[in-house]
Amino acid sequence: MADKIATREAYGDALVALADKYDFVVLDADLAEATKTVKFKKAHPERFFDCGIAEGNMMSVAAGIATTGKTVFASSFAMFAAGRAFEQVRNSIGYPHLNVKIGATHAGITVGEDGATHQCNEDIALMRTIPGMTIVNPADAVEARAAVEAALSANGPFYLRFGRFAVPVLNDAATYRFELGKGVLLADGTDVTIVATGLMVSVALEARAALAAEGISARVINIHTIKPLDGEILAKAAKETGAIVTAEEHNIIGGLGSAVAESVSQSCPVPVVRVGVKDVYGHSGTVPALLEAYGLTAANLVAAAKAAVAKKSPAKA
Amino acid sequence: MEAEKLQSLRDAAKKVRIGVIEGTHAAKSGHPGGSLSIADILTYLYFEEMNVDPADPRMADRDRFVLSKGHCAPALYAVLAARGFFPAEELTTLRRYPSRLQGHPDMNSTPGVDMSTGSLGLGVSAAAGMALAAKIDGKPYRVYTAVGDGESEEGQVWEACMFAAHYKLDNLTVIIDWNGLQIDGPVAEVMNPTPHDEKLKAFGFHVVSIDGHDFNQMEAAFREARQTKGRPTAIIAKTVKGKGVSFMENQVKWHGSAPNDEQYAQAIAELKGGN
Repeated sequence: MADKIATREAYGDALVALADKYDFVVLDADLAEATKTVKFKKAHPERFFDCGIAEGNMMSVAAGIATTGKTVFASSFAMFAAGRAFEQVRNSIGYPHLNVKIGATHAGITVGEDGATHQCNEDIALMRTIPGMTIVNPADAVEARAAVEAALSANGPFYLRFGRFAVPVLNDAATYRFELGKGVLLADGTDVTIVATGLMVSVALEARAALAAEGISARVINIHTIKPLDGEILAKAAKETGAIVTAEEHNIIGGLGSAVAESVSQSCPVPVVRVGVKDVYGHSGTVPALLEAYGLTAANLVAAAKAAVAKKSPAKA
Repeated sequence: MEAEKLQSLRDAAKKVRIGVIEGTHAAKSGHPGGSLSIADILTYLYFEEMNVDPADPRMADRDRFVLSKGHCAPALYAVLAARGFFPAEELTTLRRYPSRLQGHPDMNSTPGVDMSTGSLGLGVSAAAGMALAAKIDGKPYRVYTAVGDGESEEGQVWEACMFAAHYKLDNLTVIIDWNGLQIDGPVAEVMNPTPHDEKLKAFGFHVVSIDGHDFNQMEAAFREARQTKGRPTAIIAKTVKGKGVSFMENQVKWHGSAPNDEQYAQAIAELKGGN
């Protein structure tokens, strides 16, 4: 449990580990050292192709390869994979529903010192609007490895979101089972539900402990698959706990918070308080300083949980 | 080229042009100008050059074609119909819901379409990806793509060219349909992308310039492309926008507007009367 591994490391490891089991090639755009596809490049140089600093071309090339029946991983930073190349992802990959798995690393503000131009807090929002795109944002290295295999086993385009920063390993590699499209109930609770994704999952568990000390029982759900979203586990949580807090390292517009609010507003409307980057750009800094500055902390989740509980209608309070 | 073969290509091209006019007339929209400029090249590709099978449109080792200038779908549909991929009667359903002949090519709905295109600049990259896949698997198939001269203003076209030369994709042939006109006017005035030949050579291509309406020159150019090893080939095809319909030739307004009933009748009469 004490181990900390960046999900991008797990991504690179998974590509190598799965190379013999599945027929796929890997593309990168001059960031292999950073996205960790370099591990695959070293192990299987004949199946790795650097596209240079031209992400749009890389996405359309990936689509062309995929039309011939091969699965393709295309990697870059989230900013350039989802941002720069949005239109290529939408038109070359999404529209024909091709087997391209986008491995986007360095998502969110935990890019750190590189600052706002490289801190993509919009990628989930962008990818959610592409019909047929599956989006997975793993919480730890174990889940990240499983997500890569899930992407290989499934048909169609995937957006896999990985981080630069080392995060705690929550899941036990020996017993963990990944179910695409299914939320994971990590801890039960009755007063409020914290729905978290990515590195905020471990922060949510910390917040749950702090809330318990104050007599508030919080349920924690890990949503690794943001699309398709597990509406069932959310509706159940809304019904049983009456209030929801969402937690994500992403703009509160268009990401997990929006997806959850859209879902429960139809299935079981309850107060939803969204914790995330509040529609602002990132900034250079150390990761701990940035997490604090942008409110991606257990303390802030505790405050949000209390606010959500306070907003409950009297019948449910 | 033997006279008989030449005549059969001309007959097929005539069918393709008539299909373009019938489709855009029925749709009351579409892009006849660039469809007519690329019509002869598409005819040569599908009737002479490419290894394709209308009975098995997804045949594994078929040659592939990507219409990067996807708005000229009326010509692609017309050549696919003429080659037997689907009935020619369907051409008049162009652009209408729920026809499988959409405004821009959709690989999942139209038999014979190898890649969905329409957003300019993306097709050359996709074609390069297909060519790379053939290299990875040691397959013999070749990949062709047609790019508009105006389209070559898109930066991604050049990213794709860099990629194709870098990976020595000698199984890729990029055809530039140089008809000289784009929506806002003459290409040279809107945003001059020339000289294509020098630029493509500098990007690592073998370059051949031809008259894009001359089947003999096409035969020689595509042969040269097949024989060129270690680098992709670009064929710069000088064409006439609206070729074959007198009032459409070299007229920018026919880039994206359809003939009315009267214009349709005149265009069909001209095309049927021509050789």
